[in-house]
Amino acid sequence: MLCEECQMRPATLHFTKIINGEKTEIHLCEQCAQEKGNLFFMNQSPGLTINNLLAGLFNVHPNFNQTQQEAVQHNELLQCNECGMTFSRFLKVGKFGCPNCYLTFHDQLTPILKRLHGGNWKHSGKIPKRAGGSLYIKKKIDILKETLQTLIEKEEFEKAAEIRDEIRMYERQLQEGEA
Amino acid sequence: MSIEKFLNQSLSNWMNGEGPHSDIVLTSRIRLARNLKDFLFPTVFSQEDSKRVLEYIEKIIPFLNEYPLKNIELLKMDQLQELQKQVLVEKHLISPNLAKESLNGACLLSENENISIMINEEDHIRIQVLLSGLQLERALEIANMVDDQIEKQVDYAYNEVYGYLTSCPTNVGTGLRASVMMHLPGLVMTQQMSQLIPSINQLGLVVRGIYGEGSEALGNIFQISNQITLGKSEQDVLFDLNGVVEQIISQERAARETIRKTSEVQLEDKVFRSLGVLTNCRIIESKEAAQCLSDVRMGIDMGYIKNISKTILNELMILTQPGFLQQYAGGPLRPFDRDVRRAKLIRERLFLERNK
Repeated sequence: MLCEECQMRPATLHFTKIINGEKTEIHLCEQCAQEKGNLFFMNQSPGLTINNLLAGLFNVHPNFNQTQQEAVQHNELLQCNECGMTFSRFLKVGKFGCPNCYLTFHDQLTPILKRLHGGNWKHSGKIPKRAGGSLYIKKKIDILKETLQTLIEKEEFEKAAEIRDEIRMYERQLQEGEA
Repeated sequence: MSIEKFLNQSLSNWMNGEGPHSDIVLTSRIRLARNLKDFLFPTVFSQEDSKRVLEYIEKIIPFLNEYPLKNIELLKMDQLQELQKQVLVEKHLISPNLAKESLNGACLLSENENISIMINEEDHIRIQVLLSGLQLERALEIANMVDDQIEKQVDYAYNEVYGYLTSCPTNVGTGLRASVMMHLPGLVMTQQMSQLIPSINQLGLVVRGIYGEGSEALGNIFQISNQITLGKSEQDVLFDLNGVVEQIISQERAARETIRKTSEVQLEDKVFRSLGVLTNCRIIESKEAAQCLSDVRMGIDMGYIKNISKTILNELMILTQPGFLQQYAGGPLRPFDRDVRRAKLIRERLFLERNK
């Protein structure tokens, strides 16, 4: 039997809930069960996990009105064609399924990222040498140009000339790469 | 097993109590989250996917042979016994999540245990560097060297706008979590922590007690780490964290001096009582042990206790946890037996100090 939640892993945990005589059965895999935060089989991580909180954070829809409701419904139908992650499921678990999710949910993602990262939505840190491609060289040129500027201000022209040559070398590399 | 042999096998390099500000900062840790481009994230992947990721990583291990990655060892979670995994968790080398829930989870460990690379945790690859004292820049430098070597061999999931892609959007961008473990008995005693925590949170940093549940910090040990991973460079994150940590260090020093001035006798009494408990106890729970160790460590740092090395807190906080105690005993122990074993281990460790 497959897990009801992710439809991917086998269900290893089976719950029967009886409330006012109404019986419901739930079949989940361990990972999804934990994500659901059901209190009755807690091993170590109690109640609220960071992901529950996150899901709460994403779900805030202030001034709920008709048009927004439609937009929300549209969002929830969105699905990543690489891993099958839906936006509504992402809202529940707070985690993506694959790198492509970032592209699929691009439009919905910006406000979420801003909330999580103090208003930021764009990376400005390390660029990997290979995966970053020309971006890595561009960044290097930016840094060298800054150095060049300070050298010129300090009137260290010999060193500045060296840096200028280095910048030219990288710029040539960039042109060759694009050509 | 003799205690000397047990200690030799159990201690990691980062417990040696060296490094800048090591009287207050126990460790500095850098974690980089990375994922492979052509695989589903571990949050949704199948047993089969996880196996492919692990096989892929295993193939590149022989190429990870430059400094600081010489002689790394691969530990597969499904080949370890529960107790061995628990010990790795207690040493902070792997996460509880990797030990318990991962599919084909594994860990690449450097010889001195400063570097551990978790495979198939929440992300495909999590590089962790752990150093003693306040050395965030050095730890980042090492983590970057590891990262660069791995990137030569694999295609990372990376995007120009979002940076390194991670399964949880709280880590996207740099994938960097920098954290510092601090011993802050002075601030706790003078009841300043409760005011300090909200103001640190406002700066985009998180404070929490490690060991112990919720906000309670066992042994007065707190962890401070960055929360924001997007839109700030690695250097900026470290700069901000360092700034706050240095501020806390000076406040902790000031708090200790205030206590010394206003209630020296009480302080000395507390310190030596705790030393008395540790040297004489026959049964001790982890909570009491943590408090006494914290007192004794402060006593050493403030010059009241001499002839005991200051690594005692770093070491014994780790070694008196259930996994280690059971390893030392050579088998499973019931909670009561653990408390007896814990007392014995602490006494033996202190006895070693006296006979140096």
